[in-house]
Amino acid sequence: MSILAENLTWGVRRRTIVSGISISVERGETLGLVGPNGSGKSSLLRLLAGLKRPGAGTVTINGRDIAQVPRKALSREVAFVQQSAATETSVTVLDVVRLGRTPHRSALAGWSARDESAVVKALERVDMWGRRQQSWQTLSGGERQRVHIARALAQTPQVMFLDEPTNHLDIHHQIEILRMVRDLDQTSVVALHDLNLAAMFCDKIVVLQSGSVFASGTPEDVLTETLLKSVFKVTADVTRTAAGADMHIRFMP
Amino acid sequence: MMSSVASTSQGVRLPLLMVGSLVALAVAIATATAIGDYTIGLGTVVLSITNELGLTGAELSPIEQSVVWDLRLSRALVAALAGAGLALSGTILQALLRNALAEPFVLGVSAGASTGAVCVIVLGIGAGSNALSFGAFAGAFAAFGVVALLSNGATTGPSHTILAGVAASQLFSSLTSYIVTTSGNAEQVRNVMFWLLGSFGGVRWPDFQLLLIIVPLGLAVCMYLGRALDAFTFGDEDAAALGVPVGRIRIVLFAVTAMMTAAIVSMIGAVGFVGLVVPHAARYVVGPMHMRLLPASAIVGAVFMVTADIVSRVIVSQQTIPIGVVTALVGVPFFAVILYRARPQA
Repeated sequence: MSILAENLTWGVRRRTIVSGISISVERGETLGLVGPNGSGKSSLLRLLAGLKRPGAGTVTINGRDIAQVPRKALSREVAFVQQSAATETSVTVLDVVRLGRTPHRSALAGWSARDESAVVKALERVDMWGRRQQSWQTLSGGERQRVHIARALAQTPQVMFLDEPTNHLDIHHQIEILRMVRDLDQTSVVALHDLNLAAMFCDKIVVLQSGSVFASGTPEDVLTETLLKSVFKVTADVTRTAAGADMHIRFMP
Repeated sequence: MMSSVASTSQGVRLPLLMVGSLVALAVAIATATAIGDYTIGLGTVVLSITNELGLTGAELSPIEQSVVWDLRLSRALVAALAGAGLALSGTILQALLRNALAEPFVLGVSAGASTGAVCVIVLGIGAGSNALSFGAFAGAFAAFGVVALLSNGATTGPSHTILAGVAASQLFSSLTSYIVTTSGNAEQVRNVMFWLLGSFGGVRWPDFQLLLIIVPLGLAVCMYLGRALDAFTFGDEDAAALGVPVGRIRIVLFAVTAMMTAAIVSMIGAVGFVGLVVPHAARYVVGPMHMRLLPASAIVGAVFMVTADIVSRVIVSQQTIPIGVVTALVGVPFFAVILYRARPQA
């Protein structure tokens, strides 16, 4: 088991945002987190990545309770890609991807061959090697997202968390990014809004509602017309291709 | 291949730049020591310094020797360290607060120092030659304390810290105004004004010795945390995701910058603009990554401040213009050029 969350609860002041969530993700699996706005997707993602401390419950990654792992050591195994990261600093693509080596480098250590190869591989993986000297400010939204995924890859993590990585992207780039994430060797947890894309690219889906798990399982099992009606308050027509592999959700006006 | 990834694209080669700027600093300090109402030849300057260091035993006029060593050299060296410290503080705060407008006084330190100094000058609290410096230092740290308290130990986000700094600045500025207007006479107000605008007039060797400890120490701490500072490029959460202990680094660096700024302000007054402009100038030359930017900022700040001090002494004969006026007058055109050249390319 790559990620195991048990009974996670978290809230701000008296408002509970995540309550009693337990999930598990197998090694190499891509898990989609879906749910209406405010259902706790982003918060859950941050709890799993160790960026927020749960009020109750535990997260275990590769058999270790992350509350017991120092921040830096955790970042060598776990990467987090926030949605639409922004900066006003004039950094290059290479500068950004090199940041991914931060958890692997001590304060005064030089640039090692391992750092080098991780950065080169990451840039090649997202097809940005040729543009490594370009200013980050001049990139399009899709390219920025790819660079941030490259930075996460440069961390050489075993687990990756992505918070709505396809936000603000056109359909071509949405598919490109998610295909890339699915094809990675890592275990990935992705918060998504687009249910069709979630069905296309995720091995398993967890549906959140009001901070709790409403349903979980394969896209076919979970994304039913009944569920869409009760969670998202929409009428939809879910069709499957003959092979049963691809499914399509058509929303009714 | 190695070099293409190992070094960033921006900037000139660092060793060359460092040597060049150290030479520039040496020239600036020598010039600052030679120039003044009473101009002394460069040869005499060098001999006076080597005499004092016990390296030479040249026959020089005792007056010249004293002017070089006791007045001008200590002043130039304090200017260099103060410039370096302010530029360094500005660089750190711009990175931590992710705000291009951040500068050393954003944490309320200068306003606090003014209040402390005014308490000494006007109210006559404390006595002795060091009372003013001590008052300013205490005031600066009191203001930083208020900011830390308001921003919950400086652990909340950047905008929260900036707002707390604004509040603290307002509070201490109005305290200063209150004290000046209710109990000051014209002469005292003039003293306060002069002090607020900054002056190297009173600095001597003990000031240099203190800064020689604080500023290099500050630089060392900042360099040690330089990589962590880079990780703040995309915000606090992103830095945390890269394994950086955000809260701890924030409080350590705030304390270091407050310490440097308070020490400098307590000696020379609230000299503005250096901490705001120099980091931008340095970033323009060596790029935004801190292992290069921090030493570059420090040295550019040092050269800038020494040069500004020279200008302040020679621009009007028989009179010294407040250093804060010069840094702004020299700094703004310089800054305008950078702003123009660094404008975003569409």
